[in-house]
Amino acid sequence: MAVITMREALNQAIREEMLRDPDVFLMGEEVAEYQGAYKVTKGLLEQLGPKRVIDTPITELGFAGLGVGAAMVGLRPIIEFMTFNFSILATDQIINSAAKMLYMSGGQFNIPIVFRGPGGSAFQVSSQHSQALESWFAYFPGLKVVMPSTPADAKGLLKTSIRDDDPVIFIEQERMYGNKGEVSEDPEFTIPLGLADIKREGADATIVARSLMVPLALKAAEELEKQGVSCEVIDPRTIRPLDIDTILESVKKTNRVVVAEESHPFCGVAAEISLEIMERAFDYLDAPVKRVSGVDVPMPYAKNLEELAIPGVDQLVAAVREVSYM
Amino acid sequence: MSKQTAPSETSTGSGEKSGTGVIDQAPPKAVAQQLKTVKQEQKQRVDDVDRETLIGLYRQMLLVRRFEEKAAEAYSKGQIGGFCHLYIGQEAVAIGAISAIRPDDYVLTSYRDHGHAIAKGISPDAVMAELFGKAGGCSRGKGGSMHMFDRKANFMGGHAIVGGQIPLATGVAFASKYKGTDQVTLCFFGEAAVNQGAFHESLNMAQLWKLPCIYICENNQYGMGTSLDRAMSFQNIAEKASAYEIASEFVDGMDVLAVKEATARAVERARKDYRPTLIEVRTYRFMGHSMSDPGSYRTRAEIEKHQERDPIKVFSSTLKEKGIIDDAALAEMEKSVREEVEQALRFAEESPQPDSEELFTNVYANPIAPGSQRTKLSNE
Repeated sequence: MAVITMREALNQAIREEMLRDPDVFLMGEEVAEYQGAYKVTKGLLEQLGPKRVIDTPITELGFAGLGVGAAMVGLRPIIEFMTFNFSILATDQIINSAAKMLYMSGGQFNIPIVFRGPGGSAFQVSSQHSQALESWFAYFPGLKVVMPSTPADAKGLLKTSIRDDDPVIFIEQERMYGNKGEVSEDPEFTIPLGLADIKREGADATIVARSLMVPLALKAAEELEKQGVSCEVIDPRTIRPLDIDTILESVKKTNRVVVAEESHPFCGVAAEISLEIMERAFDYLDAPVKRVSGVDVPMPYAKNLEELAIPGVDQLVAAVREVSYM
Repeated sequence: MSKQTAPSETSTGSGEKSGTGVIDQAPPKAVAQQLKTVKQEQKQRVDDVDRETLIGLYRQMLLVRRFEEKAAEAYSKGQIGGFCHLYIGQEAVAIGAISAIRPDDYVLTSYRDHGHAIAKGISPDAVMAELFGKAGGCSRGKGGSMHMFDRKANFMGGHAIVGGQIPLATGVAFASKYKGTDQVTLCFFGEAAVNQGAFHESLNMAQLWKLPCIYICENNQYGMGTSLDRAMSFQNIAEKASAYEIASEFVDGMDVLAVKEATARAVERARKDYRPTLIEVRTYRFMGHSMSDPGSYRTRAEIEKHQERDPIKVFSSTLKEKGIIDDAALAEMEKSVREEVEQALRFAEESPQPDSEELFTNVYANPIAPGSQRTKLSNE
């Protein structure tokens, strides 16, 4: 085990899978010669060559669709969006082509493709470059949506995503690329999709958190421990497939739950998780499910406003106290 | 054979810019002129093609025509649902182009895909059953009229978002080059797709990376009910290829042999040198955009004028004049084609509906963890 950054863990995952399977190629803006806008693809061009590590023009719809077409005939593309904000231009190909091809062809054409890149809130880049889009993609049957919160999860889940035979949306939190953690060096280290991780065990309340919210939830749990509340932190890691069973087990144990996300609340993933809990574990709840989300406005630029727009540790603490009637 | 008229000759105001500061583009004459120059006698082309191929091309065009007529009939009886876009009038394009490729080459097209599917080797039975939403359909009843697929035939689908198949085809061609095969990809789309970004993004990448993709624009002169001159500022589509330094040709789409020859030239470029081509094929659809189209945007006279150059009628008279086929043989062929279409209809009628369980299959290739996808009907 070595301690590396999220960025390095992702780089290892791509490198190992490309060495393992010659049908895997990487395509996107600035992935090759520039080494990646966020340096996730550093060194890959040198090691794997220009046939497999390909710089594209700024043409997201075009290269996303090209990737889907290549996947139709057996290649396994990794399509990098410099940021997921730009994937919005490519949604026709992601949703209408990648997600639906297997179904509308009656099972004949599966699409083994990974669309990956940074998403979620970034630092002071205003409305168009700072947004969480997972609920869009998770909405569509046919897509899988992955959001790692640690370097180890990032590596294990990305390797699995590349080996998966379906289209995977892999969202890396832009603020977390420098986060460090222990990561296995075993080239066969993978983590199955659809398996939540209990990031911290606890007895009194559950916080369901993903991506950027996981480290915040862990900090909140530390604070709450001091106040006498033992928190369990569940990280679903994949939004679709969603490991609702692990969440329900925790809720049945703690009887209180807060669902945290940095995205907008309306039609969001937390809303879906909250409903699932209500439908399947209502009798176990000692308080209504509490949702903590980003605010329902486009992301502002000003630092003070930006900080207000994303949930912080204090809000998570307050939410757990609320469901604990403290 | 009467002369085909380019739409800009009949349109009003095309090319006229009054005080807008817009640079004058191709004058209306250019398109008509181009059409004239490509309108060589089909008879000359016949000499370069063997008899069996000629008869095969004719039969396939006739098969698609009769198939579509039968589909229209079934649609009006309510046996086919949803949208149904017929290929009547455009048969020479798919049949001519696909006759110039190998079975292991790839084809992608738009939602107007019945003719291409049959031309690529999917049986009329499977296409008709797909229209009927039956289990015996080529997409097992899940795709319908707009989404014919057949992996065995390398028919990579009808795609129903205008222009959506163009990046996909570019990717299929990318894969051929990546794997080092000499397969080529034909990508069909209507002229309305040329206004989509997907077209321009794809052509740029295809030439940038030298991909063996052949883009065939079936210019039937209407995007649904909007005529070309109301939708496209510069209507010389073949010439748009020059913006990407892609080889291009303008072809008379009422001449199956002209389409075949142009495609064959493009195939050679793609197969040998991994070079893309844009072919603009001027054609005309005799029916509405879809079965629900009232057709109020064009006159009966305009349709009839184009019908004088019906690609099937033109070809049969050429073949007769050249002594390739006679009336008796044509009548015999008509009979066998009608029987084949009747058989397709029977197959579709008798094919079972998809099993209810099929609702939940084919969403994912790798099944996802139990409990994480809702695979029950909400009232269960």
